[in-house]
Amino acid sequence: MVGPHPEEAEPAARAGLGPWRLTSRRLRRDKGALAAGAVFVLLVAACLAAPLWANHVAETTPEENHLSDQVTIDGKRTDVVDMLGKPIGPTWSGHFFLGADSNGRDIMVRLLYGGRNSLLIGLAAALGTILLGLLVGLVAGYYRGRSDSVIRWAMDVIWAFPVVLLGVALGVALALGGLSIGPVDIAGDSLAIPTLIIAVVYVPYMARPVRGQALALREREFVEAARAQGMGSLRIVFTEILPNVASTLVVFLPLLVANAILLEASLSFLGAGVQPPNASWGTMIAEGVDRIATAPHLTIVPGVMLVLSVLSLNVFGEGVRDALDPRARVRIEH
Amino acid sequence: MSADMTRFVVRRLLSMLLVLFAVSVLVFLIFNVLPNGDPAVRMAGKIPTETQIEAIREEWGFDEPVYVQYATMMKKLFTGETISYFTQQNVNEEIRKGLPRTFALAVGAAIIWMAVAVALGLYSALRAGRISDRFLNVLALIGISMPVFWLGALLLYYLGYKAGIFPNGGYVEFFDDPVQWFWHLVLPWFALSVLFIGFYSRVLRSDVLETMGEDYVRTARAKGLSERRVLLRHVLRNSLIPIVTLWGLDFGAVLGGGAILTETVFNLQGVGQYAADSIGQLDLPPIMAVTMFGAFFIVIFNTVVDIAYAALDPRIRLEGRPTR
Amino acid sequence: MNARTPLLEVRDLSVSFNTEEGTVPAVDGVDFRLHEGEVLAVVGESGSGKSVTATTLMGLTRGPNATISGSASFEGAELLAAGEEELRRIRGNRMAMIFQDPMSSLDPVYRVGDQIVEQIQAHRDTGSAEARERAIELLDAVGIPDAARRADAYPHELSGGMRQRAMIAMALSLEPSLLIADEPTTALDVTIQAQILRLLEDLNRERGLATILITHDLGVVAEVADRILVMYAGKVVEQGTLDEIFYDPQHPYTWGLLGSLTRLDRPRPKRLPQISGSPPSLLALPQGCPFRPRCPHEFSKCTELPPLEARVAEASGQCDRCWLAPEEKREKRVVGGRIGLEAPTA
Repeated sequence: MVGPHPEEAEPAARAGLGPWRLTSRRLRRDKGALAAGAVFVLLVAACLAAPLWANHVAETTPEENHLSDQVTIDGKRTDVVDMLGKPIGPTWSGHFFLGADSNGRDIMVRLLYGGRNSLLIGLAAALGTILLGLLVGLVAGYYRGRSDSVIRWAMDVIWAFPVVLLGVALGVALALGGLSIGPVDIAGDSLAIPTLIIAVVYVPYMARPVRGQALALREREFVEAARAQGMGSLRIVFTEILPNVASTLVVFLPLLVANAILLEASLSFLGAGVQPPNASWGTMIAEGVDRIATAPHLTIVPGVMLVLSVLSLNVFGEGVRDALDPRARVRIEH
Repeated sequence: MSADMTRFVVRRLLSMLLVLFAVSVLVFLIFNVLPNGDPAVRMAGKIPTETQIEAIREEWGFDEPVYVQYATMMKKLFTGETISYFTQQNVNEEIRKGLPRTFALAVGAAIIWMAVAVALGLYSALRAGRISDRFLNVLALIGISMPVFWLGALLLYYLGYKAGIFPNGGYVEFFDDPVQWFWHLVLPWFALSVLFIGFYSRVLRSDVLETMGEDYVRTARAKGLSERRVLLRHVLRNSLIPIVTLWGLDFGAVLGGGAILTETVFNLQGVGQYAADSIGQLDLPPIMAVTMFGAFFIVIFNTVVDIAYAALDPRIRLEGRPTR
Repeated sequence: MNARTPLLEVRDLSVSFNTEEGTVPAVDGVDFRLHEGEVLAVVGESGSGKSVTATTLMGLTRGPNATISGSASFEGAELLAAGEEELRRIRGNRMAMIFQDPMSSLDPVYRVGDQIVEQIQAHRDTGSAEARERAIELLDAVGIPDAARRADAYPHELSGGMRQRAMIAMALSLEPSLLIADEPTTALDVTIQAQILRLLEDLNRERGLATILITHDLGVVAEVADRILVMYAGKVVEQGTLDEIFYDPQHPYTWGLLGSLTRLDRPRPKRLPQISGSPPSLLALPQGCPFRPRCPHEFSKCTELPPLEARVAEASGQCDRCWLAPEEKREKRVVGGRIGLEAPTA
């Protein structure tokens, strides 16, 4: 049985430490979350170092196929891809560290280069969602009235589409001819396309809580005071409302990146995301699934990377959320 | 039906129609207006011929003004005159054939994930802070971090292809062989549910914990009710309210096209897979149709859920959203 | 049980909670007795421990983070040590409690009548129809008009006053011998407050219902209470009969509470007097008397915690925790022609 909130008996918050300091202190005490965050940063760093690995360790490129080559494993000369089309598994040495795929390409190299795409698209898309979501949510929540109704209605419309389906529709529609926004022309096979698609698809999920908070904050005394002092609306939004919405953002960011990475993988798996010649973990899994009977490691390896990235983000994100609002987590102290 | 209920229903239906219209416009925009290039070429798919392109331009009215194009598209989609230029099959027909399969997948998964999530969420909440709770939390986190297509592919490979416990994908009609129908769906149901179980069990856990701190739960205990009664009749009933809406939303989303990944991996030949198969060939008509109908289904389904929800929680009828 | 044995006897009750910031001693060494048909008012600011005392008697504070010690004997049963099943049988049945906010204290998804029926059926083998009859009877008895129709209403469909009456009806459904009312009028309009207090008074008189009335407002208890317990920072600082407390208060905190009441028989003060300062954090209690920082009459002995003792010769039932001699108290408590507390110097 959980006891009553000891608020009636508890004193006011400890004087002197602002909410952000308290949050970062709690977060620093959360070893699990910190470890997870570190794992993610390591993954990003490893993928960014792809050219280093490719040039100095594996000594190949992600596209170079070694179909007719041979490698030395345990002293024996083996075909990279044997007569039946079965590629070698992990060698745990510099060349073909994780093995080769059916085109004779070095999986480790492809993994790192593909990971670059997967992680960067995820991060960029999440940032895009936050920017757009903030803009839309703040305008709707602060200005209310007409703009709010229109925006809410537009969000409802986007919300009517399941995330994957909308992504697929946009991905396929834009794959052939690309997109023009004003003077900017984006080619159909550019990485910017899946990035934009994913960013837009998640906007309603961001805009709704931001709008809610803006609506609530708008009525608070400090906003009234600012208005009374003659501050223009735009300044109020930026200086008074935005900082308060920040805590929502901070909690959202890791979760948003995690979802964006998963969505990109799903879309790429289906063929509606990253287009050839680019690769990502999603496309690698798609290739792997086709040959899963002969070479399961082609499927397993990129999947594990995906799970690691997303899991570390989720654990870190939960740590952030708990640090911001410790009452959300029940702890037993003795 | 009481007066405030009637008012509520009418309001919701009107709003639904508006959204449906907007959805259709959005689909039109996505496929015909937004992308660069010649829509007729796009529609013709990956390897078009000149005559094909001309015929398509004629049929879809790409020379006409935008609103005529929109009208033509709506007419073709809703009167079942859409044909895939790649497979030459009638799109609406194919969708109809795939529908029961997608339905079977979605309904089964939705029931499983809800039942398991409620059980796990409640259990975790009651053991909050202890090892079993933390363990389940870790499992849940792993669950929401797994790409469903990857999990499905691995399950299919190891438990289906290699171990032979489960069939190696495919779908069996219920009326042909109910047992096999069920057996073929077990792995897809599981793969699809894992993500949702992870998510929902955590939501329910936090909902239950929050509800346990509510004043009316304190009152229920003060009344001398048994702990079991307090939990089931007061805590769970109130905690489920927000979950049920979410569940409705997600079920609609899965049925409306979210099942696309699972169907593809397990080769269930449902509506989702139909759309997925068209991606590789850049075959637009099936994707257009699935997107349109999927979104329509979701909007209508959500409206129905909202109305049912208002019947459950009387506060909704007045304000239009739950107050907690 | 004869008339002299108290209905409820609380001895040295202490409750503390483990929190993120440390151990909070919410209730520290509370003693009191309640006789049948008596009304005891427990008065104090938020954080004084009055609510925790009450909820602990009901067993609602039990949990892994709570440490409860002392004894509370009710109708022969030891409440603090009682097993869950025994406690459940007493709660709602022999001893009932109503809470501050009737809107949040009633389950929003069940009808009011059904919630009363639920309580009845939890303790008695009563059929649904009979239980419902009883529920309507009770709603009527607490002054809810058109009780039969109102029984089918949801909590949000009733006004604040009616909700509280419904809660009271629910609490009375099994004819308990003790009713604990935790700030029953705080969340209500001033006009409704008087009605609810009148209702509680009537119930006490007509049914001999012993009542513990918890409030932060001494004005509320003036008509209803027989005896008063004043709490501060988890401790009892003064206790006595209604007359003793109102006409011969012994503790500076009580003077402050009395001083902040507006009286109809006096000219309106220029400013509403309040006790300056705020209650101490329970995590950082001052040494000695907890009221020290806010007390203008503090002197050297106050760094030692005064024990709760009867210091007035003629009133052996009146106890307080203040080192000042009774004569000094009589002098110091008069501020501006009436009982009050002036601001502390510096």
